[in-house]
Formats: sequence, C-alpha cells, structure tokens
Amino acid sequence: MNCKDILEKLSEYIDGELDPRLCQDLERHMEDCCPCLIFVNTLKTTLTLFKYAANEPMPKEVHLRLHDYLKKECQGL
Amino acid sequence: MAETPDQFLIEKIKAGDFGFFEALVNRYEGKVYRLALRMLRNQGDAEDALQETFLQVHRGLKDYEGRASFSTWLFRVATNVCLMKIRHRGTEPTILLPLENYLPRHEGGEHPPIKDWTERPEEALLSKESREKMLEALEKLPVDYRAVFILRDMEGLSNAEAGEALGISVAAVKSRLHRARLTLRGILSDYFEIKEPQRAPG
Repeated sequence: MNCKDILEKLSEYIDGELDPRLCQDLERHMEDCCPCLIFVNTLKTTLTLFKYAANEPMPKEVHLRLHDYLKKECQGL
Repeated sequence: MAETPDQFLIEKIKAGDFGFFEALVNRYEGKVYRLALRMLRNQGDAEDALQETFLQVHRGLKDYEGRASFSTWLFRVATNVCLMKIRHRGTEPTILLPLENYLPRHEGGEHPPIKDWTERPEEALLSKESREKMLEALEKLPVDYRAVFILRDMEGLSNAEAGEALGISVAAVKSRLHRARLTLRGILSDYFEIKEPQRAPG
C-alpha cells in the first residue's frame, strides 16, 4: 500500500469498515511512514474536535418560544 | 425506567392529544436546534428552522406511517428546512475547493513537511478561537458536503440514516463524507500549524 492508496481508504478505516487485511496493510505502512501516521492522527483529531463545535445547550427562551409558537400554530390558540 | 417509545406518543398525537406532541417536541428539540445551529451558524435562523421543523412535523404526522424511524424522519424534515434556508441565502460556495489543496503533495516520492498538532493541550484545541475556526471551516464546504458531515460526524447518524435524511444513496454519503473530512482536516491543519503553541507565562 502506498501513500495515495492510504488516503482513499482512510474514512473506511476510521469508521471500522475496512477489510481486516487492508487494515493490517494500512497499519503496517503507517509504522514506517511518519507523515501518513501524522495525517491519520490529525484526521482523527479533526473529527473529535468537530464533535464539540457548536455544542451549546438550547437556551430556555428558545424552548419557551418554540412551545408558544406551536401551541398557536397547531391549535389556533 | 425505560423511555416511552416514540410510536406510543405518535399514536396519541394522531388521536388528537396535543400534550403528547409537546412531549415529543421536548424529546427532540435540543437535537434539532443543535443541528440547525451547526447548519446555519446563526441563532435567529436556527430558531426559525426549529419552529418550522416542528410545525411541519405536526402537519406531516397524519401521513407518517412509521416505515422510517421517527428520528430519521425528523432529521429529514429538519435537514430540508435548513437546506432551504441556506439556498435562499444565495451566498454559499457551490464549488468544492479542489481537494488537492488540502492534501499533502507527494511530489517525486517526497513527503512535504507535516506537523503533528494533535499533541497540543485540549484548551488550545478547543479554545474559543479554535471553535470559531471550526465553524468557519464548515461554512467553506458546499452545503451538500456540509450537511453530510454534520449529520454523520457531528450528529452521529449512520450512513443509512444520513442517506435517508438527505435523499441520497449510502455510496454518495460515504464519498461526500470522505471529501468533507479531508477538506476540514486540511483547513484546520493550516490554522493549527501556523498558530504557535501558547507558552506558559513567567
């Protein structure tokens, strides 16, 4: 497996959907190829970081306005 | 105690009980708001999308037969509401920047320099500025790629659920997701590689 091949398979690898033998090939390549290893690490970290982006809880006023709105629109109150 | 299944609430709502609709809304409003905020990046628009989504849900429930799970159907409605809002803005990039701009170029078999910024402390990676950068990066993705990334990697939907929400095949989900991920990694790397780690004072 060369570096370009790795790139194409990365999402499947990270999602645990890659054939086990290809996984092994990929991991063996990364043992010897530091830039690819860094690339994979930065990709994994990117995904982890994005899970925290815009993660603030919904403000209470938004909740209250939503329910008021729905009461009016859905029931004609 | 196990949570009342969505289907139970839905039966009651179809029978005319509005209180059960409010319970259903309570169950999912946080998720829908978060999705809208991530798609639209603007609290006012997100709130509009939130209200519009549940209004459509209430109207659509009489036709909802339970073939897809309720949450999948809800995400489909919410995603479409957000996509419509984005398309009406008319300011979105429609061309995905060439992926090659964000990939290490392997010219002549040589790797270009790549920095491992993942070793930075959490406070640096999740600082207010970094979070802003992440949202800006998301906005650089064309909306179809952005939606897939948000649904899969931020909201945690499966490939099949994301496909249902967007009306595209699983293969399309996977291919867009892959491009979106690599592009976002590239944008973030540009940012983190330039930013020097903060030195402790004193």
